[in-house]
Amino acid sequence: MSLTAALSDHAAPTRAWRKRLLPYGLLTPAVLVTVVIVFLPMIEAVVTSLYEFVLFRPNAARFVGLGNYIKLVQDPVFWITLKHTAIWIGLTVPLQMGLGLIAALILNRQFPWRGLARALVIIPWALPSVVIALMWRWIYDANTGVLNEILLRLSIIQSAIPWLADPDKALYAVVVTLTWQGFPFFAVMILAGLQGIPRSRYEAASIDGASAWRQFRHVTLPGIAGVLATAGLLRIIWVANSIDVIFVMTGGGPGYATQTLPLYAFVKARQNLDFGYGTTIAVMFTLLLGVVVAIYIARTSREVER
Amino acid sequence: MIGKPTLTRRILTTDLPALGIVLLALGPFLWMLMTSFTPQERLAAVGVAISPVSWSLENYLRLISRTSFLGNMGHSLLVAAGTTVLGLFVSVTAAYAFSRFRFAGRRVLMMQFLLVNMFPVVLLILPLFVMMRRLGLLDTHAALIIANATVAIPFSVWMLTSYINAIPKSLDEAAMTDGCSRLQALRRVILPLAMPGIISTGIYIFITAWNEYLYALTLGGRNVRTVTVAVQTLIGEYQIEWGLLSAGGVVGALPATILFLIAQRRLIGGLTQGAVKG
Repeated sequence: MSLTAALSDHAAPTRAWRKRLLPYGLLTPAVLVTVVIVFLPMIEAVVTSLYEFVLFRPNAARFVGLGNYIKLVQDPVFWITLKHTAIWIGLTVPLQMGLGLIAALILNRQFPWRGLARALVIIPWALPSVVIALMWRWIYDANTGVLNEILLRLSIIQSAIPWLADPDKALYAVVVTLTWQGFPFFAVMILAGLQGIPRSRYEAASIDGASAWRQFRHVTLPGIAGVLATAGLLRIIWVANSIDVIFVMTGGGPGYATQTLPLYAFVKARQNLDFGYGTTIAVMFTLLLGVVVAIYIARTSREVER
Repeated sequence: MIGKPTLTRRILTTDLPALGIVLLALGPFLWMLMTSFTPQERLAAVGVAISPVSWSLENYLRLISRTSFLGNMGHSLLVAAGTTVLGLFVSVTAAYAFSRFRFAGRRVLMMQFLLVNMFPVVLLILPLFVMMRRLGLLDTHAALIIANATVAIPFSVWMLTSYINAIPKSLDEAAMTDGCSRLQALRRVILPLAMPGIISTGIYIFITAWNEYLYALTLGGRNVRTVTVAVQTLIGEYQIEWGLLSAGGVVGALPATILFLIAQRRLIGGLTQGAVKG
């Protein structure tokens, strides 16, 4: 030990420098790659949003300043899609959380095949979004879909409903699909949280004569509050960002019935090749979502400083 | 929780609800599975065959013989494996630095990786498209690997940091006392110990890259068409062949699902750790 110390003393100045630079060296590849493939494109997106830029007419690109943004707030479709995005997040995330909580509470009980049940419940999480979207299109199919068949047999409905073609129902049909896709994530997170609650607290509560409901209110819920908040924030960001399921299920239609803000940006750029305006929508969406991201980052930031 | 509940009571209050949840989670997938086993004519005439008696592999045979689905699987495999290698390669050293050193800018850099993970795909997809077009990379595996890395790198930096945090620092110190340099300690001591964590992070990257759709749709094309894009093209022009489509969905979902089931215990440990502490 003393020998190494003496040796390193000898070459102290260079050694110290190398030692201080080492972490930066180790970080360089990852940082460099993310700068090139994430931050540069992001800056380019902001710049593009200031131009009138249609992909097949690259020479006609024209600087318009905030013109695209002014056009955006005057675009009625922007407000429609913004409203849909709010409904979409406002319904999907609480539904996922509620169903996830119920699933977690059940799977946290003692039964012989608990391990198997837990493994099976998370399968929707591992399925590709495209497969999920197509699967549910098949279930919702107006003529041969199984949902209509079940509801007709049970006499809940009198005639088949075209779930995804009806502008009043399509958005909610997609919300159901997303709820199904996302509840396992909550179930898994909440389960981990439940296992962190010491048994002694339940024992103390039941000695005090607390009912099952009171135990849930005063022991379980406070115990998983942190998990619920973190998972909820993560999911808001994730659900807001996910456009693949809607894109494959309805493409935003019928009309604009299931169009959300990010999907509008994607469709605008993909179909009309209007990259200037499409990027403007995307930047606007990012700014709005930025509020949620900021809350999440602030929460995690406290955690990291140790 | 109190006393010893009888068996019937347990079945009613626990097993049945648990079965309900499992069926809810698996139901749609099972339905697709049954659809894929139902021959085309039967599907058109009577509907999905529920009993295995009338099942056949007809849809799967058609999928393999009449479409390029196996080739698409190959593209998906290349893209997912490439993303995994690139993602892990640049993330391991970064994660080691975050775990073992306290240096100026550490928090900002860590938050930078977290922030990157939250960028909307739709914001990046348009400039990435323009960038790939400029570089002539559209419709290549490289384009999809690079695009997927935007998600994979920040994610694996965070996962690996938490895995390496779990390895005691005294082990590096012991190795360095024995004459190893920092990098040798990383390679000879930490890497082998972190291997389970590296493997599960790799599996997670592989699954996400395999399942990715929007980048594959936008940056891929005729030459590089991954499974997720190919499944959608199975929708016929006039009429949707649900049997064939279901078979494609099942085959396309299988690799990721199997990997997930194999690695699920460890994966979930790694994924939930951060959230539970927070």
